[in-house]
Amino acid sequence: MCGINLDYQSASPVDPRAAEFAERYLSGDFGNPSALHSRGLAAKAALEEARAKVAELINAENPETIVFTSGVTEANNLAIRGAVQRNAAKGKKLLASQIEHISVLNPMKDLKKGGFDLNLVPVDAMGSIDLAALESLLSKETVLTSVMYANSEIGTIQPIKEVSDFVHERGQFLHVDASAAAGKIPIDVQKDGIDLLTLSSNDLYGPQGAGALYVKSGVRIQPVLFGGGQERGYRPGTENLYALAGFGEAARLAKLEKEEERVRLQAIRDALIKEILKIEESYLTGHPTQRLPHHASFRFSRIEGESILLTMDAMFNIQVSTGSACSSRTLEPSHVLLAIGLRHEQAHGSMIMTLGRQSNPGQIPFIAHAAKKTVERLRALSPL
Amino acid sequence: MAQIGYSKKVMEHFMNPRNVGVIENPDGYGKVGNPVCGDLMEIFITVKEDRVDDIKFRTFGCGSAIAVSSMVTEMAKGKTLNEAMKITRKDVADELDGLPPQKMHCSNLGADALHAAIKNYWVKIGKIKPEEAKPEEGEEGESCET
Repeated sequence: MCGINLDYQSASPVDPRAAEFAERYLSGDFGNPSALHSRGLAAKAALEEARAKVAELINAENPETIVFTSGVTEANNLAIRGAVQRNAAKGKKLLASQIEHISVLNPMKDLKKGGFDLNLVPVDAMGSIDLAALESLLSKETVLTSVMYANSEIGTIQPIKEVSDFVHERGQFLHVDASAAAGKIPIDVQKDGIDLLTLSSNDLYGPQGAGALYVKSGVRIQPVLFGGGQERGYRPGTENLYALAGFGEAARLAKLEKEEERVRLQAIRDALIKEILKIEESYLTGHPTQRLPHHASFRFSRIEGESILLTMDAMFNIQVSTGSACSSRTLEPSHVLLAIGLRHEQAHGSMIMTLGRQSNPGQIPFIAHAAKKTVERLRALSPL
Repeated sequence: MAQIGYSKKVMEHFMNPRNVGVIENPDGYGKVGNPVCGDLMEIFITVKEDRVDDIKFRTFGCGSAIAVSSMVTEMAKGKTLNEAMKITRKDVADELDGLPPQKMHCSNLGADALHAAIKNYWVKIGKIKPEEAKPEEGEEGESCET
């Protein structure tokens, strides 16, 4: 595979340093962290090292707050089902922003079937949460509120500290899905007052198949899976040592390098946005400034996103993403694009570009040229 | 192994669509789909000696919608109108070496657009009454069911 990858959000390459660090646990220093012999103890030490590195990335109060999972979907399910069911005596109301990932919304909808009351907090046209609506929907019975740190489709960063203040003043626990934001912008769970926070390994250039849930000291949850007592019983099952060691090392590197990378990517992003918005009837989706440093998302009128994706790929070898209905399994338009007020026919024309380590400013003219040619080609085919 | 993504033929038609454009004063015109649903296609035909003489299309939609439109124009060109009316959605999908299951309905409107264009012509020449040119499944006004 060569070409220009602008879909880092869906998969990132593993950082070669993280891969090299983790590789020893595949066949050389393999081991089960639960075993009491020397091989097991070495594996346990590697696991705890990874835990400490991940904890540091988000300034967690101690490494024991980190529960490793198989990824974001599992961490979100554990946060929501685990916190809500464990604390059901505190209230039966759930809140989430309208633009949460489906791995947050779907477990909440499932809890709703079991008798919980679910309300979705609207966002404005730029994707920022409506704080007044949040405040009015919160009550002491709101056992869990879930608001993402930043959205992967439109890049908008939420005012998490303000959300946290409202939740803790009027409700109970706050869960934050930080899978798109961690490693890209600074996150401090203590300063932000977060109770539960979801992390993704691959979004930090760690291996796929690993994630974590931060559970603030003193916050009680219950497991979703049942088995052995690994991960303090919150997530039983033999740990994925290779992926978790890579995750830990990637988190350490992200902590060291993210500020420099943020500045670098933001400059590329801004130049790219400026160039692409020169295309007629093109619009930025999401917030112009409160957005992830590597994230540029657009919509183009009169054309459809899957056709954009396929043309960019086949003609220019550039990989992008789209929120178009036609590219999804359900054939439903993106709930995020509808939540920011786009009509269905507008949501169909979405294109998402996410930058990463291998992005460089020299690529901007070619990417902008490719986008322009793609839009022109599809508009020439379009009856609209 | 299960087919992954679109067939080579779909991609070939998507990247090099045949018969794109508009015919001024066509003998028949058909338009199906709905931009709200993500697929809208229109077909223009001219008729000579009861055959599809020229045919053009324009489509708003995903890769398969564009490939289907291109393929159906190629299949219909030169056929008698009765033969062209017999082209089904399945025929078009088969000619394209198949479509992903979830695309079989929503993006596979080419045959419907072709039939609508032929019926539009038949109404014009008085062969059928306007009410007989009733929309087929998927034509304008239908909801976006998949």
